[in-house]
Amino acid sequence: MKYLKTGFFAGAAVAAALPAQAQEAGTLDEQVNAVFAEFTGPFVNLIFAPLPGTSFPWIVLWLVVAASIFTIYFSFVQLRFFSHSIALVKGDYSDPDDAGEVSHFQALATALSGTVGLGNIAGVAVAVGIGGPGATFWMILAGLLGMASKFTECTLGVKYRNEYPDGTVSGGPMYYMSKGFKERGLPGGGLLAILFSVFCILGALGGGNMFQANQAHAQITQITGDYPGWITGLIFAAVVFAVIVGGIKSIARVTEKVVPFMGIMYVGAALIILIVNYDMVGWAFGQIFAGAFTGLGVAGGFVGALIQGFKRAAFSNEAGVGSAAIAHSAVRTKEPITEGFVSLLEPLIDTVVICTMTALVIIISQQLIIDADTGNYMLNEAGTAIATVDGNSGVALTSAAFASGISWFPYILALAVVLFAFSTMISWSYYGLKAWTYLFGEGKASELTFKIIFCIFIVIGAAASLGPVIDFSDAAIFAMAVVNITALYFLMSIVREELRSYSARLRSGEIKKFAH
Amino acid sequence: MTTKLVIGLDGEGSGERALRFATDLANKIGDCELIVAYVIEWSPYSFQTAEENAERHKRREEEISTARERVVDPAVAQLTQSGMKATGVVRHGDVAHTLNSICEKEGGHQIIVCRSSEGGITKRIFGSSTVNLVMSATVPVTVIS
Repeated sequence: MKYLKTGFFAGAAVAAALPAQAQEAGTLDEQVNAVFAEFTGPFVNLIFAPLPGTSFPWIVLWLVVAASIFTIYFSFVQLRFFSHSIALVKGDYSDPDDAGEVSHFQALATALSGTVGLGNIAGVAVAVGIGGPGATFWMILAGLLGMASKFTECTLGVKYRNEYPDGTVSGGPMYYMSKGFKERGLPGGGLLAILFSVFCILGALGGGNMFQANQAHAQITQITGDYPGWITGLIFAAVVFAVIVGGIKSIARVTEKVVPFMGIMYVGAALIILIVNYDMVGWAFGQIFAGAFTGLGVAGGFVGALIQGFKRAAFSNEAGVGSAAIAHSAVRTKEPITEGFVSLLEPLIDTVVICTMTALVIIISQQLIIDADTGNYMLNEAGTAIATVDGNSGVALTSAAFASGISWFPYILALAVVLFAFSTMISWSYYGLKAWTYLFGEGKASELTFKIIFCIFIVIGAAASLGPVIDFSDAAIFAMAVVNITALYFLMSIVREELRSYSARLRSGEIKKFAH
Repeated sequence: MTTKLVIGLDGEGSGERALRFATDLANKIGDCELIVAYVIEWSPYSFQTAEENAERHKRREEEISTARERVVDPAVAQLTQSGMKATGVVRHGDVAHTLNSICEKEGGHQIIVCRSSEGGITKRIFGSSTVNLVMSATVPVTVIS
């Protein structure tokens, strides 16, 4: 209770929950870590339980099967309507009289700012660091299949959103679960909506918050040297608090404008490294393909690579998770399915392009140690991941990989990580808030409660070590996918009807481009 | 045939000069209709937070309403009182492009604007709205200094 006396608000909240054994631990970070691991362990174990007789987590199969089913059910919509999606984002089909409303581009950019971030930088490093280069292949495949999942959920997100008399909108899986099920005369929609909302709040606190704070701290300490994580957490929490509670929109606006440029700069730097090392790009792709089917010595072999690839792809692009349906539901369109087409570009940009760039840079930088005799990757002492040159993992591995090509890039990366983390936190604070208000109702007191909890978890996330945080982040995000995909199976026929109707009108010329 | 003049206002005091010029010109022409236009600068490619998106429709309506109340309606009332046939329109978009679009849609014959109040680095990089309008308009443009 000593933290209460010092007025350290966030520390007090954590300390109040400490069990006896954690109180005996040394630093605050260690205490937070011990408590966190203990409390989240059972939930994480349930979500990542392997299929009987295998080491394959059932949740990974759940996502892959769903993405494959949606791909087949909608006859490879991600390929057939790819060029149409681009035309929609360009505004070719936008009515000039609707100027000033949320455009398809804006909805896509907002959703991307919630997904492009640490998943692309740290998540890929985790995938490649554990699953080897082969994880990249499965990541790309998951990204391509995930486009169909995104299409399905975002179409429903717009179709069943709530439009209030004051002109504001609220949308997301909880709305299509309750309204869509009711419309089809199916029971259980309300229960699914409640379950989804609970997991969405946990996801917002986990992947959308703690993972971000944790990895931002890791990146900052790469530059500044080690210091307690709660300090970073407290600073982040103060800024996020200023934005989401204090209503200082200017900070969020600046971030929203800077983040896309950081993204472009990140991809640009990766491209420069790839161009400079053009002679190794072929070898890197060779490693990706070989590793995808042999594992190249990684823990768990090719299955290990596959699991890591799919896990990190899902965490990065969130296809099937349902978060994007909340972000995309704000767009103004008479055709809900158009937002589905636009949203399918998200996994492509996020996973197929940006994640692959990161993976190629890590592979080419040769930070992962290869056994010269066998050509396989060497495992670390614990045998859980590939040994790296400096023992780096997560964002530190990506940073070291970029530094091998551009020595000063870790400074830019540190800034990018902080901004990406901040931007993702702002996005997820909104997703979490929407789930919270769905459960507890709109109102200032209710919203403030969630926002304060959100800020406290930033401190916890920055202070805890990578293992428990990343496990909990994954588990919370994937728990959302369990409920969301269940609902999508029941509602996908509605999307197919929308698709048939829209396709027919597009072919007949009833839906046509506007002259701008 | 009725001549249609589009007057682009920017919400600043300079708009008064554009209105006076348009009134004089309309009196000389005779059969003339004036269209008072106000364009709220907006880009479909700007970046917004999820919360801003959720509130965008409401904000848009408020922006249009404010522009009508403070800029367009008083100008239309002033023109009508002086015996002119006048209507008002508020749109979102790129100022130069949208003013020209309004003119084309309404069958306008000329656009009248005041010299832009934009300055600084934006003007140096992208050019002012007035310059862009003069460069891209499909009808004659009169710029009042």
